[in-house]
Amino acid sequence: MRELEYPFDSELILQNRRKLRKALIADGSARIKKNIAVLGGSTTHDIIAALELFLLNQGIEPSFYESEYAQYYQDAMFGNPELDEFHPDIIFVHTSLRNINVGFPAMSDSREQVKELIDSQVKYFEGMWEKLRSKFNCPIIQNNFEMPFYRLLGNKDAQDYRGRTNFVTELNRRFYEYADEHNDFYIHDINYISAAYGLEQWSDPFYWYMYKYCLCLPAIPEFAFNLSNIIKSIFGKNKKALVLDLDNTLWSGVVGDDGVDGIDVGQETSVGQGFYEFQTYLKAHKQLGILLNVASKNDHENAIAGLNHPSGVLRPDDFTIIKANWDAKSENLKKIASELSLLPESLVFVDDNPAEREIVRAYVPGVAVPEVNKVEEYIRNIDRGGYFEVTTFSADDASRVEMYRQNIMRAQAQESFTDYNEYLLSLEMHADIKDFEPLYLARITQLTNKSNQFNLTTKRFTESEMEAVAADDKYVRLYGRLVDKFGDNGIVSVVIGRQEDNILHMELWLMSCRVLKRDMEQAMLDEVVRQAQKRGIREIRGYYYPTAKNKMVEKLYETFGFTLLSSDDAGNTVWSLMTEGYEDQNKVIKVN
Amino acid sequence: MIDKGEIFERLNEVFQDVFDDESIKVNPKTTAKDIDDWDSLEHIRLIAAVEREFGMRFKMGEVSTMKNVGEMADIIAARATK
Repeated sequence: MRELEYPFDSELILQNRRKLRKALIADGSARIKKNIAVLGGSTTHDIIAALELFLLNQGIEPSFYESEYAQYYQDAMFGNPELDEFHPDIIFVHTSLRNINVGFPAMSDSREQVKELIDSQVKYFEGMWEKLRSKFNCPIIQNNFEMPFYRLLGNKDAQDYRGRTNFVTELNRRFYEYADEHNDFYIHDINYISAAYGLEQWSDPFYWYMYKYCLCLPAIPEFAFNLSNIIKSIFGKNKKALVLDLDNTLWSGVVGDDGVDGIDVGQETSVGQGFYEFQTYLKAHKQLGILLNVASKNDHENAIAGLNHPSGVLRPDDFTIIKANWDAKSENLKKIASELSLLPESLVFVDDNPAEREIVRAYVPGVAVPEVNKVEEYIRNIDRGGYFEVTTFSADDASRVEMYRQNIMRAQAQESFTDYNEYLLSLEMHADIKDFEPLYLARITQLTNKSNQFNLTTKRFTESEMEAVAADDKYVRLYGRLVDKFGDNGIVSVVIGRQEDNILHMELWLMSCRVLKRDMEQAMLDEVVRQAQKRGIREIRGYYYPTAKNKMVEKLYETFGFTLLSSDDAGNTVWSLMTEGYEDQNKVIKVN
Repeated sequence: MIDKGEIFERLNEVFQDVFDDESIKVNPKTTAKDIDDWDSLEHIRLIAAVEREFGMRFKMGEVSTMKNVGEMADIIAARATK
């Protein structure tokens, strides 16, 4: 919904909340349901209201638990039946400068005394986090502290160990240390977002005195949007690729008309510097595993010439797919999504031309289309959009761009074979299919939470839940990693089965779409059966739960040779396979 | 100074948006009791929306002591910048 995309009109959102909510709920889109507990140290009512809108817009339907006014600590430490029964999927601790309860340093304090003050405040919070972790075993999002709105020592407040600004900075640093050392713990950076908003407005004490809000009411949508980005990232709803226009998006001018010498990017002019910095910003996304692609109305050779501009930053080989032709951009976007095995909703389309943006919004629903009209706004509008919010960063993210490049080489190799099986053999594939290992747990969880298409049950796990599965004997757990002559695809498949007597119930079966049609799913099945046989399990029971996105695996168990046991009106199906006399189905991948 | 008729017309629109109810018609005597969803939480949002519409701010004391929409309109009339 346009009203909820950055840059948005905050006051309009507050004023029309009910109307927007109604429209979102009525739009019929599929959403995952999540329970979010908000433990507040100040008023949270409008924060929850705005957060709900942004989450609905991001494909998440939240239910909320809201602690009584400022009861965050009591709820966490001493329990609350309502909260216990709520079974939160996420806990958000909404504290602020107003919740510092050990006092601030006095001018008479020694360094040692101030250090003790900091320690005791951090201990207060750590005790609460530990309690929440052990009790609820779910991700925790914790605000850091905004900067104080007055400075007793003036500028020295920042540097002096007794300064309030210094004190808060130190507390924040200690919060980050805890976040560094603990999984499933995320900092909501209100220090940054309040600075970006303007601390003076943000901390307008009117709203504290009147309503016990720790921030001004008009800032609440910005706050809630920033928070919703963490939540949607945790639940696997980040974007994965950028699709970029060229003329007047990556450089000033039209390369087809003006020639390479006529376009502007680089250090010579102010406009050129704008495009240079934008290219630098885009290129940095490759480190995060974000794929860069081009959709441009241009002759291919002109596009390449422009990307080879001597003063530019991006080069043709920085891009995974370059579509420079005269087809509709909407068509090129669909093709790019399909060639990358991504859904259109994983793409962010960047084009300075409002007409192209409208076409893509209309014909490729789900694609994020930020408003980019002037080069000096490009970075801000994309960055603050939060499309690529990093909550976990795995080794796989770091090498993803390279993996996709290898995939394109595979596709080219395939064209030289007429027999598909021979092509598969030529890939010289070998796979590790093994029980979960601690080292890979983050990647396994990440893959589990973002796989939508090749996913039989679409069951999601937090890292804590995955750790629990990894430690429990009743589960058969397998991850699959596929390597071939072009390179390492990394961990691409996850399967979890729960043993109940003689039956193995498949709770999770998923695979990354980038290894479709490689017989990796057969290799996983072979190993599942082998593990089951080892445990004396006689039957494997498969479950398929349809979603808006997983139709491609509707018949997977059938192709595996399972028998249909039951089905219901919603399309849920249950399948069965006897382990006795099973013959391996994978003939092209060497395993373990 | 804007006239009272215009103030009430614009207030009506703000009330209709905030409470998402197009049947609302406010008059000087309207109080929170007359509008179903007008509780202390919605009051916060309403005040912010009114401030935005008229380009003005209420003082802290006023927010809790205004007795009806008529008093709200008096303050708006004295302070509106748009």
